[in-house]
Amino acid sequence: MDDAHSKRRLRDLIVAAVLTCIAALVPLFVKDVYVQNIMVLTLMYAALSQAWNILGGYCGQISLGHALYFGLGAYTTVLLFTKFGVLPWFGMLGGGLISAVIAMALGYPTFRLRGHYFVIATIVIAEIGFLLFHNWDWAGAALGIDIPVRGDSWAKFQFTRSKLPYYYFALVFCCVAWLVTWWLENSKWGYWWRAVKDNPEAAESLGVVVFNSKMGAAAVSAFLTAIGGAFYAMFVSYIDPESVMTFQFSLLMALPAVLGGIGTLWGPVLGAVILIPLTELTRSFIGGSGRGVDLILYGTVIVVISLARPEGLIGLFAKRRKEVAR
Amino acid sequence: MTTATIIQSLASGLLMGLLYGLVAVGLALIFGLMDVTNFAHGEFLMLAMYMTFFLFAFFAIDPLLAAPLVGAAMFVFGAVAYLLVVRFAMRAKANIGMVQIFTTFGLAILMRGLAQYFFTPDYRSINVSWLGGKTISLGGVFLPVPQLVGALVSLAAFGALYFFIKKTDFGRALEATREDAGAVALVGIDKNKVFALGWGLGGALVGLAGAVMAMFFYIYPDVGASFALIAYVTVALGGFGSVFGAFAGGIIVGLVEASTALILPPSLKSVGIYAVYLLVVFIRPRGLFGSI
Repeated sequence: MDDAHSKRRLRDLIVAAVLTCIAALVPLFVKDVYVQNIMVLTLMYAALSQAWNILGGYCGQISLGHALYFGLGAYTTVLLFTKFGVLPWFGMLGGGLISAVIAMALGYPTFRLRGHYFVIATIVIAEIGFLLFHNWDWAGAALGIDIPVRGDSWAKFQFTRSKLPYYYFALVFCCVAWLVTWWLENSKWGYWWRAVKDNPEAAESLGVVVFNSKMGAAAVSAFLTAIGGAFYAMFVSYIDPESVMTFQFSLLMALPAVLGGIGTLWGPVLGAVILIPLTELTRSFIGGSGRGVDLILYGTVIVVISLARPEGLIGLFAKRRKEVAR
Repeated sequence: MTTATIIQSLASGLLMGLLYGLVAVGLALIFGLMDVTNFAHGEFLMLAMYMTFFLFAFFAIDPLLAAPLVGAAMFVFGAVAYLLVVRFAMRAKANIGMVQIFTTFGLAILMRGLAQYFFTPDYRSINVSWLGGKTISLGGVFLPVPQLVGALVSLAAFGALYFFIKKTDFGRALEATREDAGAVALVGIDKNKVFALGWGLGGALVGLAGAVMAMFFYIYPDVGASFALIAYVTVALGGFGSVFGAFAGGIIVGLVEASTALILPPSLKSVGIYAVYLLVVFIRPRGLFGSI
């Protein structure tokens, strides 16, 4: 690799380290629980969107069914914890592995589909998962499962007195997802994925194993998404199919990456930092009236950003950099 | 489960399927014309249902009479949506597929929000219409009249659409544009005008569907979402871009849904539709009649 490229990668790493340090210090000054809650969700969606971006952005396989993996992570963790007393950490790992395996099993037939046929298949598969959990009595069916409080501890990953442990976990999760992407971007896989995205036929002829590289992307993406689901379940301490497996979640994982800059390292983070606080604030300040002003605002923002910045908001930064260089 | 119940469910499934086809055909038409999936299609349906409701509530116009009015209004709405929003999404230089998905998706959320704001989230229904609540018996099979008329409207609309595409100048321009938009521009046809008319036509068709469905479904701001996914599956099942595919896809979806409801609990009836979709595309990755 040429010099400029490795310099850019080093700079990304330094920026990430600085941002992480700042993010780690913020809760020392921001004590408001409501704001802390938004910050936890923002970090979580930044990580989830980063995970979505691996498959959707780098590999170009647009999934609008990631709620399935999110829900599987959440359900595996909660069911193991409430029914068998297994610590959430093992549930989290187990949920991740189950999701990765299922993602590959589903990828086997679906990766042959192109364009809209693929997108609709992902939506439909997640919807089947939702309906099955909705009717599965042992797993709480439509009523869902309350997670009993067993006292604050890291082992049980339950904290009732403070949001901070959740915040720091979400921060670590976000960093891990970013680092995985940073590392993959420059690996053999990263190059394969971009080749597959740009032109699958050409990639195939150059010896890229298109199918396997899609499977790899799906597994990594699903694993990380399930970790997010497990975290979310413990964070809100109650789950039902509506709250972890609906289309809404699939969308909320894709949107930050799309609006921030699809297939870029910083796009999901930037998108989440803008979108999630906007969603939460409009929901609680205006949305409480039940009159849909939050949706009006949200819809307008999506339309305007998609039309004005098709390459994502990250384009704003790239442009400025180019001007500086000139 | 007797033979009579099976025939009864399949008959209502067929009627519902014809309506699903009518809901979906606008989507198929627009996709065939310009490779764009309108993710606000469900919200177009929702708007048409509200129009029908308000024509009934304020002017006591029966949904059956309102249908052509709603179709015309939705024609204008579809064309305007293209000219004001979608046209700009077509110009994107990067990520054009994503831009189209998320622009129309943002439009869907915006429309849902506006509906909540202006129409409130309350459930509405048209309780007294000419046909409402009536059933007729055909050889022992009971059919609800509104659904039966809806199915006939759907058949008529498909017939008219077929005639329109094959026999009129605009229909031929539509076909030519979908074949090769560049060449069409060379012979002096304004591509934008054809696209706007295509969106208008798509809107009018879903408008007709909305007017009919307002007779027997609750009307609320999120109503489109429940029918939108079925419409996408219908279109994809038939093959993207194929108008005939949407017709066949609708009938298949209706019949599959009705048969699933015979075997599985009612809350799982959509699973059958989704499973059939997956099965079809795994065997034929471009749907039953799709060319693209």
